[in-house]
Amino acid sequence: MATLGPNQLDPITGQTTTDHEWDGVCELNTPLPRWWLWTFYATILFAIGYWVLYPAWPLLTTFSHGVLGFSSRGQVAEDIQAIHALRAQTEAGLDKASVTEIVADKRLLSLALAHGKAAFAANCSPCHGAGGQGGKGYRNLTNEDWLWGGTLDDILTTITHGIRDYTDKDTRLSAMPAWGNNGSSTLKPEEIREVANYVRTLSKLPPEAGVDVDAGKQIFTDNCAVCHGDDGKGNTALGCANLTDGLQLYGGDMKDLTYTITYARNSTMPAWGARLDPVTIKTLAVFVHSLGAGQ
Amino acid sequence: MSHAEVERAHEVFDGGPLYVASPKVYPQSVSGTFRRLKWALLVVCLGIYYFLPFVRWDRGPNQPHQAVLADLAHSRFYFFFIEIWPQEVYYFTGLLILASLALFLSNALFGRVWCGYFCVQTVWTDLFLWVERLVEGDRRDRMKLDAAPWSADKIAKRVAKHGVWLAIAVCTGGAWVLYFADAPTLLRDIVTFHASLVAYVWIGIFTATTYYLAGRLREQVCIYMCPWPRIQAALTDVDALNVTYRRDRGEPRVSLKDGDNLRAAGQPAGDCIDCHQCVAVCPTGVDIRDGSQLGCIQCGLCIDACDAVMAKVHRPTRLISYDTDENMRRRQRGEAPVYRLVRSRTVLYVVVMAIVGSLMVYRLMTRQHLELSVLHVRAPMYTTSGQNAVRNGYALRFSNKWSDARQFAIDISGVPGATAKSEQADALPNGRLEVAVDPDSTQEIEFYVTAPRSSTNEAGVPIVMTATDLESGESVSVSDHFFGP
Repeated sequence: MATLGPNQLDPITGQTTTDHEWDGVCELNTPLPRWWLWTFYATILFAIGYWVLYPAWPLLTTFSHGVLGFSSRGQVAEDIQAIHALRAQTEAGLDKASVTEIVADKRLLSLALAHGKAAFAANCSPCHGAGGQGGKGYRNLTNEDWLWGGTLDDILTTITHGIRDYTDKDTRLSAMPAWGNNGSSTLKPEEIREVANYVRTLSKLPPEAGVDVDAGKQIFTDNCAVCHGDDGKGNTALGCANLTDGLQLYGGDMKDLTYTITYARNSTMPAWGARLDPVTIKTLAVFVHSLGAGQ
Repeated sequence: MSHAEVERAHEVFDGGPLYVASPKVYPQSVSGTFRRLKWALLVVCLGIYYFLPFVRWDRGPNQPHQAVLADLAHSRFYFFFIEIWPQEVYYFTGLLILASLALFLSNALFGRVWCGYFCVQTVWTDLFLWVERLVEGDRRDRMKLDAAPWSADKIAKRVAKHGVWLAIAVCTGGAWVLYFADAPTLLRDIVTFHASLVAYVWIGIFTATTYYLAGRLREQVCIYMCPWPRIQAALTDVDALNVTYRRDRGEPRVSLKDGDNLRAAGQPAGDCIDCHQCVAVCPTGVDIRDGSQLGCIQCGLCIDACDAVMAKVHRPTRLISYDTDENMRRRQRGEAPVYRLVRSRTVLYVVVMAIVGSLMVYRLMTRQHLELSVLHVRAPMYTTSGQNAVRNGYALRFSNKWSDARQFAIDISGVPGATAKSEQADALPNGRLEVAVDPDSTQEIEFYVTAPRSSTNEAGVPIVMTATDLESGESVSVSDHFFGP
């Protein structure tokens, strides 16, 4: 069977060959199907339209923004706007009611708990844990060891103004001295050991053997009772810890207590009033209050 | 390249496509027993489909009043007195098992009776063909019209036919969406263009599929698309009643005049006069005289056609009839035909259907209206509360399947000295808690139990929570563990 040379008609397919020849072999010139070609042209036209309408070309310091002014970030912002608008109807009640009124109304309460749970996960759980269980130095919100009070209003105030957040003038403020370096009142290490042992007995924990607990009691009465009370039950108005409940924020063993008395802790919490809207803060207070220890 | 070489090349690569278009089928109108039966079933099936959404059923003040409703937005399915929640979707499994067994049973008894009389494809194709006959005339007129050049008359007929088809298709799609929302409200919204986009999209989809499947594809759905003809071949047996050409009576086929002459001369002559009426009326265009075959949907229209011819030529009717392979063999052996409806396979299908059906009825009769589930709060597993107490948190989820609001009392037992509290529940005088749950809904509450440390340990002790419906007294318990240090 004879082979076709360049530019010859192939009788079987009705196509011509191309004008190339490779070692005696010629290739049929089979054009792209029409529909394919037109689809291809259409995509080019679409691309041009896209360049005009949407962000497309990187420039030296910026990019072409497109006449529609579209951006992914803008779209997210719109979606957030829309969800706020949608929530506004259901949450109008939360806006008007006080935290006490919210807890008294079962419907507002379920709504607030749902909202508060989500807000807690987003804002509070990094320090206080997924279920409010806290950690060393971070308040366990499920127990009664409230430093600044466990009523709804106490919790609301703490969340709004924070603790030792100096950007907020109404912030919760107290400062325990570092007794290891407190000027004329500085306690010697042996004294700190004695008072730490006494503090353990307040929570009915066993003191170390051979330590003069009575001396520790005297040191406590002279230095600590002014804030923590003669009975060691603390004072939530001043943010003074209750030392009798066995629940110590920074731990109750000798090592932790010695460190706390020597250097003081005075941890901080941000004032959320500047960061979150009032409804969210109210729902957070309701949620935290609901975790089993609310007063 | 010589001419001969080109010719030879064409023989090897003849260039023609391997695809052959299906010849168009022009089913002829027919009348008779099975045609009347098919009309009656068509009216019943379409009547149910189009009007069922409008049937009302009183379920009390807080429930929809539509007899059959798939309320996807609220995850409920209503069927007259039955209401199904998402977790009870096994009813559908039971329903599907019953449906498939019913199909198997019908197949064992009467062959493809589903295909011929009840299948949506059959019913809507029948309806579309009826419209086509009304507008364009019977078989010969339609063939002529298809072959004729375009004219005002042809255009008018085509527009009328497709218009009516589209109207039926829109109604079909429209009726479909009515099963998913309150039918009268949705219908008003659809007509006034206030319905949601989703509704119009689904109407569009079902309009398109109805129009295309019943108007254009027709028998090709049965022959090329549907799996059932393939499956039923494995389910049929020699005792199933199938549309059957009585080969023993029909062969050899001879013309009417030749038949009379041959019979007068004592020669063999079949009853089949080869008039092709059975083929002309067939909606799938098959020749039943070739035997049982995949294309045959067993609608029985060829029986009607053949009976009419046999009556005219004064021969016994039912040359084509519902009969079994076994009887064909028995006749060959000169034995009398037998019809065995009770066979091991039909009995088995009925027994399994009865078991599944009874299980479903039992579940429906004993359906609980209150469900309770518990999830232990895991962060933290427990809270040390003061010197001597431990607290555990639980998420309790109530399901109230009554159509009115109910109050449930919760009791706890198993942990000595335990007390319960929840901000989402009210305290009852005897230390129980009361939870109100909306009609036909679920409610989750966080629930805290406090007990002395001595009541529990690190491994936890079992705790039982019991919810009692204060109105009906129905109660349900769940158990979990109470952990401590």
